[in-house]
Amino acid sequence: MQRRTTLKLAAALLTATMLGGSAYAQETIKLGAVAPKTGPLAGGAAVTHWPNIKLWVEEVNGRGGIDVGGTKMMVEVVEYDDQTNPAETIAAVTRLATQDEADFILAPYSTGLNLAAAPIFDRFGYPQITSTASTDRVAELSGQFNDLFFLLGQNSEIVGDAVEILSKLRDAGTIGNKVAMVNVADAFGIELASTAKPIFEAAGFELVYETSYPLGTPDLSPVMKAAKAADPDAFVAWSYPPDTFGLTEQAIIEQLDVGVFYTAVATAFPAFKGRFGAAAEGIMGIGGVNADSEAFQDYAKRHMDATGAAPDYWASGMMYASLQILEQAITGAGTLDRETVTQYIKDNAFETVMGTVEFDDNNNNPSYWTVGQWQGDAFRGVASTGREGVVDVKLKEGWE
Amino acid sequence: MDILITGLLLGGTYALIAMGLNLQYGIARIMNLANGEMLVAGGFAAFWFWTAGQISPLLTIFLVAPVAFVANWLIYRIMLRPLVKRAKSRGQLEVDSILATFGLAFVSVGLMLAVFGGDYFSYSHLARPVHILGDTYALNRLTAFLAAVVICGALYLWLNLSRPGVSIRAIAVSPESARLVGIDVPKLAAIAFALGGAVTATGGALISMFFTLDASTGVLFTLKALVIVIMGGVGDVRGTIVAALLLGIMETFVASAIDPGLTLAAAYLLFVLILLFRPQGLFGRRGT
Repeated sequence: MQRRTTLKLAAALLTATMLGGSAYAQETIKLGAVAPKTGPLAGGAAVTHWPNIKLWVEEVNGRGGIDVGGTKMMVEVVEYDDQTNPAETIAAVTRLATQDEADFILAPYSTGLNLAAAPIFDRFGYPQITSTASTDRVAELSGQFNDLFFLLGQNSEIVGDAVEILSKLRDAGTIGNKVAMVNVADAFGIELASTAKPIFEAAGFELVYETSYPLGTPDLSPVMKAAKAADPDAFVAWSYPPDTFGLTEQAIIEQLDVGVFYTAVATAFPAFKGRFGAAAEGIMGIGGVNADSEAFQDYAKRHMDATGAAPDYWASGMMYASLQILEQAITGAGTLDRETVTQYIKDNAFETVMGTVEFDDNNNNPSYWTVGQWQGDAFRGVASTGREGVVDVKLKEGWE
Repeated sequence: MDILITGLLLGGTYALIAMGLNLQYGIARIMNLANGEMLVAGGFAAFWFWTAGQISPLLTIFLVAPVAFVANWLIYRIMLRPLVKRAKSRGQLEVDSILATFGLAFVSVGLMLAVFGGDYFSYSHLARPVHILGDTYALNRLTAFLAAVVICGALYLWLNLSRPGVSIRAIAVSPESARLVGIDVPKLAAIAFALGGAVTATGGALISMFFTLDASTGVLFTLKALVIVIMGGVGDVRGTIVAALLLGIMETFVASAIDPGLTLAAAYLLFVLILLFRPQGLFGRRGT
């Protein structure tokens, strides 16, 4: 019993010391970061989310910190792994707000985890500038949560633009009318597939093969064989990283002969090109960037130098842009007061690596990339809602 | 026919995933929840050698296997041996080893994150079509299947024909009696555990040719391996092979003939049926 009391005392003392530590006069800006380091989405976060935080913090501190009302303040980041578990995300955001007393909290990773954490950000009054969340409920959500911002875009536009590209190719007579569409049986894949189906049908396409498969399916060859047997002119998959790779590999093995091959998340990853090389040429996917813009090329180079890896061609740039927006808003508002900074984000336009960003009345970024395509060494944007640098679509010609 | 071959190929993959766990659980009596992490580590080694020097995973396994053997032997000696010593019953050892290896799984994930990073490690090797009886299959899956046949065949023969093999099987049946007839149980259990780890890591290196892995995917493979080992019967090589092939064919059949969305449901239905009608597994022994 005695030992237990001693232990309790020690624990209490330790906690007190840790809490006491944050009482000193503020010289640094404390930022909280929560995202997966383990769990199913860790692979994606390791490409898109964490490297940008590392890069940005290095850069900001390298130039002496963020200018807050004339004083330069260094940036310090407290990182938590949410294990791709929404409950952990919520716990970590709460902890950052109450225990760590973070000045700002960076938005979590992915649509699901961001939406799970939105009420907590809202309750504690933290701006949440999401760069990896894509939903069609933007208007509803921003009405509900005043400080929630969306950079990445809306699903209906992402799907709509993909169908539009197919329609144009068909109307030009370069591909036929038959589409094979598959999706991963997970919130993301189901939402996109159910959005896409009526749009495809309204555009007059015939869905010759349609199926879903569970996340983590070890062998996608039955899916690809059945798709091939349906003899489609275009193959569209609303897929997640492991199956994006798996479907593409099976398509190569089956030598699927289509004019359009589209896979969703991870098509824009450098690892995709790294794995498939020349076979990646002409493959389309979600996202895209203006790969030829100076701002992006400069960013890509800094990303490479600081983290040893290239950024992806979709959300990486947006993630970095969200950090730039936060920095510019803090400097512009001249204070660490979160309400003032949030208002500043709503009222102003920001220069980022992805171009100028100005949020609309729904806190949504109205101009973003929707469809990209591997052309040469880059995944170039072939459709956007108002970004510069859109390039022409090419047909998928073979797998060599 | 197409379904059968595709299913067999997938079953071979499953056998690679599950065989190591069967050795560890069935013989060394360690329910190793860090099994999937060992598999991912093997996969990473293959990825690293491929990207660094275009060295084929088929060569890498000859390095991966001995390294994994030594590493697992050390894990057993240092971490698990004390648990075995203090355990009063098989039940207690199982609970203890589950807890210990659960922790080991977290440590392994953390280590792999620190060493490899959290990125996907994905490369393409032998992703070429081969034609068998008029249908196309992936060469890398076929290769992995053949490797599975060789590994499982060798294990089966070794366990049944060689003296240490027979001793190891004796331990699987009854560790107490095995000691009475002069078998060095601690030594052979350690070897079985190490061998299981080596097989798992080798499997990981082979399946990385077509699976996209990252540092935290291990748990998925542990689960699959667990299901297969329990279906097949603990401690029996034949059971694991049959269960793996059955699962592969079942999943492929459902995906091809019914709907790919139902593969998981079908796999677990099979699992539940086997548990209901043969709770000891296909080749398992009833009640100890």
